Amino acid sequence: MAQPFIDIKNLTKSFHANGVNFDVLKGINLQINKGDIFGIVGFSGAGKSTLLRCLSRLETIDCGSVRVGHYHIEKLSHAMLKKYRQSIGIIFQQFNLLDSRTVFKNVSFPLEIVKTDKKIIEKKVMELLDLVNIADKKDFYPGQLSGGQKQRVGIARALANNPDLLLSDEATSALDPNTSLSVLDLLKDINKKLNLTIILITHELDVVRYACNDMAVLEQGRIVEKGSVRDIFLNPQSQTAKLFMRINENMSKTDWNYEI
Amino acid sequence: METIIKAFSKPVWEIVGPSIWDTLFMTITSTILTVVFGLIFGIILATTDKGGLRSLPIFNGIFGAVINAVLSLPAMIVIILTLPLSKLIVGVTYGPKACIIALSVACIPMFARLVENSILEVPKGKIEAIKVMGANNIDIIFKVMLPEALPNLIRNFSVITITLISVTAIAGSFGAGGLGDIAVRYGYNRFRTDVLIAAVGTLLVMVEFIQISGALLAKFIMKKRHLI
Ligand SMILES: Nc1ncnc2c1ncn2[C@@H]1O[C@H](COP(=O)(O)OP(=O)(O)OP(=O)(O)O)[C@@H](O)[C@H]1O
Ligand SMILES: [Mg+2]
Repeated sequence: MAQPFIDIKNLTKSFHANGVNFDVLKGINLQINKGDIFGIVGFSGAGKSTLLRCLSRLETIDCGSVRVGHYHIEKLSHAMLKKYRQSIGIIFQQFNLLDSRTVFKNVSFPLEIVKTDKKIIEKKVMELLDLVNIADKKDFYPGQLSGGQKQRVGIARALANNPDLLLSDEATSALDPNTSLSVLDLLKDINKKLNLTIILITHELDVVRYACNDMAVLEQGRIVEKGSVRDIFLNPQSQTAKLFMRINENMSKTDWNYEI
Repeated sequence: METIIKAFSKPVWEIVGPSIWDTLFMTITSTILTVVFGLIFGIILATTDKGGLRSLPIFNGIFGAVINAVLSLPAMIVIILTLPLSKLIVGVTYGPKACIIALSVACIPMFARLVENSILEVPKGKIEAIKVMGANNIDIIFKVMLPEALPNLIRNFSVITITLISVTAIAGSFGAGGLGDIAVRYGYNRFRTDVLIAAVGTLLVMVEFIQISGALLAKFIMKKRHLI
């Protein structure tokens, strides 16, 4: 098989707080192929967000190597880091749109900062707003949008620079199930259309099952299981995966035969 | 009651009138200076902080200490201390012009801290979201931090302008002229209560005007952004 698009080798990360050392990522090894929708699940505090923040270099990388495409991101210069970041997009649980800008202006931001021509911006932004199906709200402020609409704007904004990689940290966790589903459909759709690699971080198994082809399970800073979603769902090996499946199963077979 | 009516009489306003311009001139010019330098210093404070855009903890500590030192001095002391500086910059140590330097120095630290706080209140996630687009710090400061903090900045702008009006009144007793000077010379030294009422009343109107228009403008922006 060809070289993977993302290659993480022995990534470690620790935080120092109040004189104590917290090892948050303890030697992550992970390969992700181009065009994958890759799910990373784990319980709260497992280090999922930290892993994603390392991938966008919002956190420095202590040890190990991380390659994304042709970028070796543990040793990027300042200028290259900017370039790398312009080649990825991120969506957040809290959306993180700018309240001071309209929908249009939010989506045009990544293009503005690379000094794109106004006419090209106009065209590109409208294309993106059409893609995420929110063009009619282009002059609205984020304060006027619902959560699902905000996330669509967030996705459009993340796609503005034609990224090769889209990172999502709990992007659907603040949305109701129906809206969640439509956002996931949108992600699947752009994955196909643009051959975009997507990493979905979540603690919702349903999200992984619905949207991802491959997945990894993170447990206290270590990858304890990785493979195809199907294999892991049918035959979980790790403690975390088994526990996840059991919780999921129990939640879906509530006993209705109680007296009212 | 009679003195209140007299406070609106022509002779009183012949005394008070010209000093209104002195006060306005001092307040407006020193506000401009305070806002320009306060913004710059506030941005520097916020961005060099630990975890800031360009973290420089040692510099931030020293700079913050200097700001705090000036901040903790009573306005009157700052005015006295900056008189030599006024001599250096505008050539005189008395009158409205000299006073402007003193007023600005007295109020810049306060506005810098207010600006710093407004910027730090912008959620970190929003700034990170822009950072990971590959934006440079100048874009982040001018296109994210300041616009997002704008309603707060406007409210703080009212606060600092009002402070400047009151400090201007204090500076009046140092030969700066203005309404404060009139209030002390006529109202206190010569027992002209009518002049005192007119001078203080005018100060009150100025303060209220700035307070209300600042609040309205901030509210207007929040409304436009549908945040309230
Ligand atoms: N800046 C930091 N300083 C110190 N500790 C941190 C920092 N960021 C994260 N941690 C610690 O790292 C651990 C992992 O955090 P992380 O946010 O990556 O978890 P997570 O898997 O995303 O959890 P959740 O599902 O709740 O979002 C936590 O124990 C957290 O306390
Ligand atoms: Mg997290």
